[in-house]
Amino acid sequence: MEITCSQVIGGVTSPCLVERQNSVITTGTSKNRIHCADDSVAGAVSQRACVFCGARVVLNPITDAAHLIHGPVGCASYTWDIRGSLSSGSEMYRNSFSTDLKERDVIFGGEKKLGLCIDEIVEKYHPPAIFVYATCVVGIIGDDIIAVCKERTQKHGIDIIPVESSGFISGNKIIGYRAAGNALIRLITPKEGEVIPKTKKINFLGEYNLGGEKWLIERYLKELGIEINVACTGDSTVEALKQIPGGFLNLVQCTGSMHYIARLLEENYGTPYIDVNFFGAYNTAESLRRIAQFYGEPSMIERAENLIERETSRIKPSIDYYRSKLAGKRAAIYVGGAFKALAIIRQLKELDMEIVFCGTQTGKQEDYEQIHDMLSAGSIIADDTNPAEIERFLIEKKVDIMAGGVKERVLAHKLGVGFVDHNHDRKDCLAGYDGAIHFAHEVYVTCCSPVWKHIRKKPSWG
Amino acid sequence: MMLMSPELKTVKEVNENQCQICMPLGAVMAMKGIEGSMTLVHGSQGCSTYMRLSMVEHFNEPVDIASSSLNEKQTIYGGEENLRKGLDNVIRVYHPSVIGVVTTCMTETMGEDINRMIDTYLTDRKLYDVDIIPISTPSYSGTHTEGFWTAIRDIIVYYSGPTKPNECINIILPQVSPADTREIKRILDLMEIQYILMPDISQTLDRPFKTTYEKIPPGGTKKENIARMSGARATIQFGYNCPENLSPGTYLEEEFGVPLYNLPLPVGLQNMDTFIETLRSITHKQVPDSLILERGWLCDAMADSHKYMAEVHPAVYGEPELAYAIYSLCLENGSIPEIVATGTNCQVFQKHLQSLMKREKQSSIKYEQVDFSIIEAESIRTGVNLAIGHSGGKVLTERLNIPVVRVGYPIHDRVGGQRILTVGYSGTLSLLERMVNAYLEEKYRTYRQLRKAEYYDNGGIIHAET
Repeated sequence: MEITCSQVIGGVTSPCLVERQNSVITTGTSKNRIHCADDSVAGAVSQRACVFCGARVVLNPITDAAHLIHGPVGCASYTWDIRGSLSSGSEMYRNSFSTDLKERDVIFGGEKKLGLCIDEIVEKYHPPAIFVYATCVVGIIGDDIIAVCKERTQKHGIDIIPVESSGFISGNKIIGYRAAGNALIRLITPKEGEVIPKTKKINFLGEYNLGGEKWLIERYLKELGIEINVACTGDSTVEALKQIPGGFLNLVQCTGSMHYIARLLEENYGTPYIDVNFFGAYNTAESLRRIAQFYGEPSMIERAENLIERETSRIKPSIDYYRSKLAGKRAAIYVGGAFKALAIIRQLKELDMEIVFCGTQTGKQEDYEQIHDMLSAGSIIADDTNPAEIERFLIEKKVDIMAGGVKERVLAHKLGVGFVDHNHDRKDCLAGYDGAIHFAHEVYVTCCSPVWKHIRKKPSWG
Repeated sequence: MMLMSPELKTVKEVNENQCQICMPLGAVMAMKGIEGSMTLVHGSQGCSTYMRLSMVEHFNEPVDIASSSLNEKQTIYGGEENLRKGLDNVIRVYHPSVIGVVTTCMTETMGEDINRMIDTYLTDRKLYDVDIIPISTPSYSGTHTEGFWTAIRDIIVYYSGPTKPNECINIILPQVSPADTREIKRILDLMEIQYILMPDISQTLDRPFKTTYEKIPPGGTKKENIARMSGARATIQFGYNCPENLSPGTYLEEEFGVPLYNLPLPVGLQNMDTFIETLRSITHKQVPDSLILERGWLCDAMADSHKYMAEVHPAVYGEPELAYAIYSLCLENGSIPEIVATGTNCQVFQKHLQSLMKREKQSSIKYEQVDFSIIEAESIRTGVNLAIGHSGGKVLTERLNIPVVRVGYPIHDRVGGQRILTVGYSGTLSLLERMVNAYLEEKYRTYRQLRKAEYYDNGGIIHAET
């Protein structure tokens, strides 16, 4: 039976395509576990991207590195200055270099051109490292980017790191995060005989310094008496990243992108890791406590408690105000990773809002179980959803605001639904206590904007 | 990297900060102007998602583009099964009447024969109410500009055949905004001219807010009308810089004898006059008073702003049709651009610029296959004080304090890219005033300090001595 686009069967919301039936579940009603972490269905208009995209967004914030995309020009132009990551120093990362392969190169191979492009970048900018990204075509014609990078590394004496990110490997960005992870490990592995001394500092993995978030958390940690060794990769430099093995502890924030690296770092350098999450007041407090407890110093634990108490009471009046305006409103979430989804769910719940739909592009079974446990019965959970489904969920569930990225924003607006931007190109800080206020404020201004009332109202003559 | 100026002969390999986008994107945009259409990009999932992102940010509209979502396995064994499944699903969810299947660098390199795959698919599925048009856009062969013309031509070829002659004039547009498209239609309506305009994105990429939502936006050129283009009395194509082999108007002329008037985009007084004159000569219609009024206002604005324009030394960059038209607008207003450039490899553009410069006895540095590292370096060297083009020019503002007047595609850091108006007398007027005002804002912000640094106290004396 073909399921049309407006069907609710036995109280369970269904997707528009039969093939996606098991990728959409309703909490409390659906008996099956969600089907996820699989290839996207062809023609379903998935919101996912590709391996290259995943690798590019993870590595892009390394501020003094040059990022060279090996392929025809498109992949470079689409990702030029794509993130809102801020830098305290070099702005090198905001350039986008492309080998701009032409028909001739595709026929005869692009290795020579790649080598020449590397030479030009080195000559003009002398960057400490160049990341060379493979794209689809390069993977197909079989350019040996590893060999070219190795040869040019020797020639120029800087790190020229291949990133094996041909887009067709998968539509799932997680695979791209892994490609980026492998490139990072290549970069940070000490040369033979070189030892990076252990310190008491921490590495902050999966923190991209969007809107200055890394700097804000750094302040909190400083108050606790902890120094950040390097963030991975927000506002980082090549030199600082090479000190990663000297970290005392790895904090893992964006778990989707960084668990892989955290495990490798634990294996290779014996650095333990803990998960943290600085989105929302509750998560921030929990994370600060977890870090202080890991160090185990009573004075640090006390400093953490003081900070939490001070900041919580500072933001309380604002949060109370926004809660009074937002309580009972209905929210939808569709974001890239489960880490972000969970953080947003918690923050919206702190505002007494109801989450009626939540989905991710890259969530895993255990992530969806966690999401399931946090939502009330009758909510929709969807993996790798698409515009047709989002449209249906927003209408069916009478959603007031949606949190997501650029593609979801325009659809929400067309349906008269408010929107909160949680994309990787955002400009404002949403982390920590300041971020909790910014987030609540953003939800408030979109949810309670006067425009919805006016644009929905028919004119007297219409 | 080809530098066409005589004094700069360096050839570089790396493209640093791109001025162009990829070929399939242009094809997707062209498909957006066809009524009831959907596009399926045959390639990996990322391609369609990047194109959606780029278009969503510019047009502020939902843009649904399907993908055959090829993965490693299909890349090795062939993508036919995914293409078929993709088409099935697009038809099921969107019910399109036309589907454009657009290739990518990957599927072209794999050697996917989409023509055969589509034929087999149509035969197997016995589909009679959906047209599936294959469009070949290997991104290593061109930019979004070539992709756009390729698609327009392929769509016309698909629907054209011998047909009864009709009274319409074909109007073929390059990549312009929905607002520009509406303005051209308004002018044609004012002159009471029957026309077939393609591609018509006036509503599909700029739809008004409604309480109901349709997955495929209403509007676009009807396929029945595209089929009638071969019987039209003439074609006006704003593809002055379109290479002959991609030119849709040339195809209609050569195959069906429809006379082609290949004109510059009607931006600027002279280009707009040429458009109106061409319409008049084909149809013998009168120019309505309201249009004469608009022309008068433009002339008045040109008189009022000519001295400011003489101080503007712009860098003009972007898609060839728009860059050419804006370049001529600058010249006719007494502003001599230092740089005129396009990211694409377009010899016609070079040739036309050359003859325009000769005619106006002016010269500017012109580039094809440009990137922003070149535009930036040349802007410093030549003292550019205004940039006119898409959002890529933001680096010029950030690094060199050069204001950017945003026109063309993509505009991803401002709202309203879909409603930027540049064509017609009134569009030209608004663009001219935006340029002058952007210049004046910077001038009035800085002239006090600049004059002080130049002449006050010792600074001036030292300056005079040196």
